[in-house]
Amino acid sequence: MLAEFLQYLFTGITIGATYALIALGFTLIYNASHVINFAQGEFLMIGGMATVSLTAMGVPMAVAVVLAVILAGVLGIALQRLAIAPAKQADVVTLIIITIGASIFIRGIAQLVWGKQYHVMQNFSTSEPIQVFGAVLNSQSLWVLGVGAVMVVALVLFFTKTLIGKAILATSMNKDAARLVGIRTQMVLMLAFMVSALLGSVAGIVVAPITFTSYDIGIILGLKGFVAAAIGGLGSGVGAVVGGLALGIVEAMTAGYISSDYKDAVAFSMILLVLFFMPRGLFGAKIVERV
Amino acid sequence: MLNRFMQSRLRGLMVLALILIIIPAFLSNPFHYELATQIAIIGATVVGLNLLVGFAGQISLGHAGFFGLGAYFTGIATGTYGWPSVPALLVGAIVVGIIAWVVGRPILRLKGHYLSMATLAVGFIIAIILNNERAITGGPDGMPVPAFEVFGWELSSFGTYSLFGLEISGVQAWYMFASGVLLLAVWFALNLIESPIGRALRSVHGSEVAASVVGVDTAKYKSLVFVISAIYASLMGGLYAHFQGFITPAVASFEFSILFITMVVLGGMGSTFGVILGAVVLKLLPQVLADFQELETVMFGLILMLTMIFMPKGLLPTLTAAVSKRLRKKTGGKA
Amino acid sequence: MLKIMMRRARKCAVVAAAGLMMMSAQAAEPIKIGSFLSITGPASFLGDPELKTLEMYVEKINEEGGVLGRPLELIHYDDVGNASSARNFASRLIRSDRVDIIVGGSTTGATMAAVPLIEQAQVPFISLAGAVVITTPVKKWVFKTPQSDRMAAERILTDMKDRGVSKIGLISGTGGFGSSGRTQTLEVAEQMGMEVVADVTYSGSDTDMTAQLTNIRNTKGVEAVLNFGFGQGPAIVTRNYAQLGMELPFYQSHGVASDSFLELAGSSAEGLRLPASPLLVPDSLPDNDPQKEVVQNYKAEYEARWDSKVSTFGAYAYDGLMLAVRAIEEAGSTDPEAVREALENIKGYVGVTGEFNMSPDDHNGLDADSFRMLEVQNGEWNLIN
Repeated sequence: MLAEFLQYLFTGITIGATYALIALGFTLIYNASHVINFAQGEFLMIGGMATVSLTAMGVPMAVAVVLAVILAGVLGIALQRLAIAPAKQADVVTLIIITIGASIFIRGIAQLVWGKQYHVMQNFSTSEPIQVFGAVLNSQSLWVLGVGAVMVVALVLFFTKTLIGKAILATSMNKDAARLVGIRTQMVLMLAFMVSALLGSVAGIVVAPITFTSYDIGIILGLKGFVAAAIGGLGSGVGAVVGGLALGIVEAMTAGYISSDYKDAVAFSMILLVLFFMPRGLFGAKIVERV
Repeated sequence: MLNRFMQSRLRGLMVLALILIIIPAFLSNPFHYELATQIAIIGATVVGLNLLVGFAGQISLGHAGFFGLGAYFTGIATGTYGWPSVPALLVGAIVVGIIAWVVGRPILRLKGHYLSMATLAVGFIIAIILNNERAITGGPDGMPVPAFEVFGWELSSFGTYSLFGLEISGVQAWYMFASGVLLLAVWFALNLIESPIGRALRSVHGSEVAASVVGVDTAKYKSLVFVISAIYASLMGGLYAHFQGFITPAVASFEFSILFITMVVLGGMGSTFGVILGAVVLKLLPQVLADFQELETVMFGLILMLTMIFMPKGLLPTLTAAVSKRLRKKTGGKA
Repeated sequence: MLKIMMRRARKCAVVAAAGLMMMSAQAAEPIKIGSFLSITGPASFLGDPELKTLEMYVEKINEEGGVLGRPLELIHYDDVGNASSARNFASRLIRSDRVDIIVGGSTTGATMAAVPLIEQAQVPFISLAGAVVITTPVKKWVFKTPQSDRMAAERILTDMKDRGVSKIGLISGTGGFGSSGRTQTLEVAEQMGMEVVADVTYSGSDTDMTAQLTNIRNTKGVEAVLNFGFGQGPAIVTRNYAQLGMELPFYQSHGVASDSFLELAGSSAEGLRLPASPLLVPDSLPDNDPQKEVVQNYKAEYEARWDSKVSTFGAYAYDGLMLAVRAIEEAGSTDPEAVREALENIKGYVGVTGEFNMSPDDHNGLDADSFRMLEVQNGEWNLIN
């Protein structure tokens, strides 16, 4: 019994950690601009696919990872500079549609460059699974969890210790006030896109040995990340992490104990439950409406 | 004032009717009629969605769920249980309306874009059920739907009919029927906008706080318009099922929901005629781009992005603004 | 719109020029072969090799003088794996492009969405999708080239029975292929007196199936596990199966019968069995096997032309095109009814997928024997019987 439970827990936490990283990316951009960035999943795809194709060309793994993350970061900046910034007077909804257009565009390019096949990425360390109390833990899961934790800590430090981080936080709280004290909000927005692109690509790379990777992997994982962010109350960092883990664990537990047919439905019902009974999300920010 | 409104409303409807009458001159084969019919049905759906987006300031990311539920309700009621079409459509609409009310009422009391997340979830849950309940819905492989039928009279896209002694094909008959439905949908939407409810709604969109201060129960009105837009989707889903003759859970998919909302934003949020243009463009684009093969996806994404960047208000509002600016310049020169 | 018209005009011009060159005496109007395929999207691993196969053999046939002295013209559209667009493109092929025959429909959903229209319009249609519903009950104008999922289930369960298995754990995808395969497996198991004791599913968006497999592992009495699905899902299932250290006999369906599956699953695939057409093991066929030559030729030609591995799915398109050509030749014209009748009476056509013997009650024409049972040994497909 314990072994069974642990098995579901390991599975859930691993995939949940990935969801959490993606949800953090959504949250960052949402806070800075109220835009739901539907291209978030594409950052993930770029991370995985670029790493795979670079290693296939003979680039050492570590270098390939760094290059892939940089590529995603550049893409994040480009997305903000070329697609979001020029549409200055646009409504938030219009900006959301722009990100949908961008995600279709990026996916189309990836398909042209990398083809349509799924690709394998080797585990970072041993491919031998680890036994814990009768449950099996994929060694890559430890990488996902470890890297995820490091990213979260780094984000916390970034927002509390660095000037840029504080500027982003300030802008998300009150755009006009931030502008008054001399923060360039466009710059902040660009940084938000870059950081969430970095987050997304890292998630895409660490999870690729488990899920495989392909030009359209971003559709699947991006959406799950958004669901996680919604459960956590779009706009809260803690909420994103908790929402991601909760989503992963609930999925695995439902598939194991209740019904694998309806596990996705259970995940989506969580959004409704949270909205009905905890309208601000699990850790949603308090919203004060300005008149 | 009222007169002017009536005039402009009627004028818009008449222009639309005129366009719908002229269009067949450009349709050279049954496939074109089919596309035009689909556009009319989808167009009516987004006219309904536009009420929610344009006038309540809320987005639905799950409207295809309502559309799909309407389609399947009609398909199952008429196909499996032999109901006539009209009761099937109506009962389906009531069911969908109730679901929308139950979801919308508590959530629309909250401020912010929570409705988009709730509709996303509802849409997905509907799609998952349609996909899993193989015994009832045929599962992922879909199910056939009988032709539209009233009092034993069938409207099939394969039949032939006579109209004032003129022989017309099934797709032509469907085109006329769908055009009528679209005009009706637009007429209803325009009336709703100018009704007391519509005024209350616009005040909600303008400033919710101000509206509630003067005693408008904003949540109630928002829920109401959400229910109306869901009913639009359900009815059109039912017609779509009849017209297509075959449905799969893809009609309830998230991608389809995104397509609906994209039609609204691309055409021009809040502009009833604009969103129809959005439906026209987004339905025709894949057919036009089909010849580009590998480049199709890239071009679609690029066109969508560029249009929204350079016409953030949407196609029709931007175009009419440009036209009236030019006109003003001309008359200005004279004066 | 203008662009389409221009393209069309250009297409006409090219065809006209080709026609003029080929035979100056009689104006040879091309025979139009229409196709809607899932060239991109989640089922692109079906549509992509199918399109490549069609393009390459239409070219080849035209170089050799065409059919009935007329060149073939391939008109194809990408349905992106979406049933509604499949139906729309089928309509465009029939009503706008006015094709003579349709060879296409990568997935069962796409095929079935187009069937009502095709039956009404009375155009011969050869589907490339697997589910048994496509040709059972028989539809007048609809044919198909792949073996049905029912045959696959029969083949797998027979092999299990031979190994003394009577209790099965089933894991299937919730997509069209997996879902239909699951239904067939449950039915066949009942008929054969076997029991499906665990029955779990995964959706197309799942990236880890450990939970479902743990559920099967903890079900008492499971003696063998079958995974019905296609795409990357079965490869993940296979890897999770190995990670969990499960050692029961493991089966996959014909939905993963391609070398790319082996690349994805890697060493985890060792020992698993599946039913497949002989295309994956062309050289281990005995010399007297009538399919050997066809299979070897198709593999060689495809790999030389496209520089990528052949897959079973491309072979469905090969057989579809060849059946169409043969029917048109036998009918002596492109008259739909004549072509349909010729199709229905094709006997002894040896294709890559198997030997087709069509009849008015059987619009597939294959039997379960056309499936070979393969086992993965040392990272390669091996014929076991």
